[in-house]
Amino acid sequence: MEILMAFVIGILFMSATYLMLSKSLLRIIVGTGLLSHGAHMLILTMGGLKKGAAPLLGENAPSYTDPIPQALILTAIVISFGVTAFFLVLAYRAYQELGTDNMDRMRGTEGND
Amino acid sequence: MINFLILPILIPLVTGVLLIFAAKRIMLQRWIAGISSVIAIIFSALLVQKVRARGIQTLDVSSWEAPFGITLVSDMMSALLVLTTSIIAFLCLIYSFWSIGEAREKFYYYAAFNFLIVGVNGAFTTGDIFNLFVFFEVMLMASYVLLVLGGKKAQLRESIKYILVNVISSALFVIAVAYLYSVVGTLNMAHISVRISEASQGTPPGIITVIAVLFLIVFGLKGAIFPLYFWMPGSYYAPPAPVLALFGALLTKVGVYSITRTYTLFFYHDTGFTHQLLSFLAIMSIIAGVIGAIAYWDIKKIIIYNIIIAVGAILFGVSAMTTDSLTGSIFYLIHDMIIKAALFLLAGIVIAIAGTSNLHKISGLIKRYPGLGWTFFISALALAGIPPLSGFVGKLLIVKGGFEAEHYWGAGIVLMSSLLVLFSIMKVFINGFWGTPRAYKGEDKVPVGKMLIAPVILVIIAVFYGVGSEYVYPYISQAAETLANPEIYIEAVLKEY
Repeated sequence: MEILMAFVIGILFMSATYLMLSKSLLRIIVGTGLLSHGAHMLILTMGGLKKGAAPLLGENAPSYTDPIPQALILTAIVISFGVTAFFLVLAYRAYQELGTDNMDRMRGTEGND
Repeated sequence: MINFLILPILIPLVTGVLLIFAAKRIMLQRWIAGISSVIAIIFSALLVQKVRARGIQTLDVSSWEAPFGITLVSDMMSALLVLTTSIIAFLCLIYSFWSIGEAREKFYYYAAFNFLIVGVNGAFTTGDIFNLFVFFEVMLMASYVLLVLGGKKAQLRESIKYILVNVISSALFVIAVAYLYSVVGTLNMAHISVRISEASQGTPPGIITVIAVLFLIVFGLKGAIFPLYFWMPGSYYAPPAPVLALFGALLTKVGVYSITRTYTLFFYHDTGFTHQLLSFLAIMSIIAGVIGAIAYWDIKKIIIYNIIIAVGAILFGVSAMTTDSLTGSIFYLIHDMIIKAALFLLAGIVIAIAGTSNLHKISGLIKRYPGLGWTFFISALALAGIPPLSGFVGKLLIVKGGFEAEHYWGAGIVLMSSLLVLFSIMKVFINGFWGTPRAYKGEDKVPVGKMLIAPVILVIIAVFYGVGSEYVYPYISQAAETLANPEIYIEAVLKEY
């Protein structure tokens, strides 16, 4: 199971990198979304995958899943949700103001030699 | 159980929330923000005294005991940095009153400002690696808002790049924490240190080195070290002066603090590869920063490149890992926060007067604004580390530590860089302040006197920090003691170990 997850994470990172290297701003944002998905899956996998056990710390539980990675993912998901929402709004505003979503045309600083 | 050390985080948080509701009433916002940051300064000063008297303070949040819950830890280094942050925040705040403009004030400038301080103080105080990530994100979120507030074309364009870089580095941070968790099975920093010691038995396994380098990349991106500083000159160029001062004085220093913390607490067992790498990157940062600072003819750019030089000097001291060099690094870190804030605020006044940051178009300012000129001159000398001003002691100790650790080349380059720093900042002084005075459009509207209050106070602090280093030294050396001997930190947090 961990091996399979490693491949899934690898594919997510790969697609994220590909998307982030493209010129369109929207694709870049989708890329950051995939990148954080990959990172979240990685936390889950790194905590060790167990089938059919609840994350409970009972005294006599025969087996339980580690609850910490789940707590971490929850936090990380909320944060990446917030950042992605902000990024999307910013992209829209930048598109309105700059008239382009092409990263090639957003280079340089005006008024500066 | 002492709840004292959460106050520097809690006060700006509550203030920030309050300010959201008072958004349209500017005077009320100013008063609330000003008073709360004075209170924050008082409490952080008391915290420093407490740490001095009683050693490291810890707080187990919600009374979950140390390795299991989130622990806040205030050792001398973090207490001093929190105090410096509070002072700089207050001064940037009063500078903002006369320079930031009504439009920004009405659109949650002060709220975002306070949330930024929450993140910075939290990152300095937390003793939990994932909590550090969370405070990083709090700080970054606020910095996105501050960077883009105003919505000029340059700001929008640079914000996109800044956010993209930081999203990637946050993802790397999560990945690094995940790897670390899979190896050591804990998130408490002191506990991680113990577990790594147990796992390594002399030489740490290769995976620890990989994690160390990952952390270096993550924090290096925030702290702007050599190959990873590429985003900084562009992004920091966009926002107005007080925001720039906050970013330049605080944000990069959080990255530097995190590198220092992780490299002295987690990865100190086998310094062969990781600290060599850190030392190499520190030297390269100094060189790259010096090249940038000399090459540009733009007052903002020159000071921004000086941040990179300072980061290099501080991290060189950390990489040498002797008590002397660590003392020097902390000394220099605090000096640099104060003096960079002062320089950015002064540069902000110059830009407000001249309407441009291009040095070719500015001259003769000292004639009409002698106060501004002299303040700039003193802070320039302090930046370069002319004795007895504040940069001197720190650099002296860093170089001494470098020689002790037999990094002769590195220490030599740190020394050489001081000269070039002096040259780069004197270039600003000679071109901007000497020469024939010019008339600038709209300069009469600039409240130079009021705007000078904050930088003058900062420069006075910097002068006292240098002249009175005898009185500051015991505090700094206590901080370095904890860094050089991680057992002190571990014992304070985990008690039973």
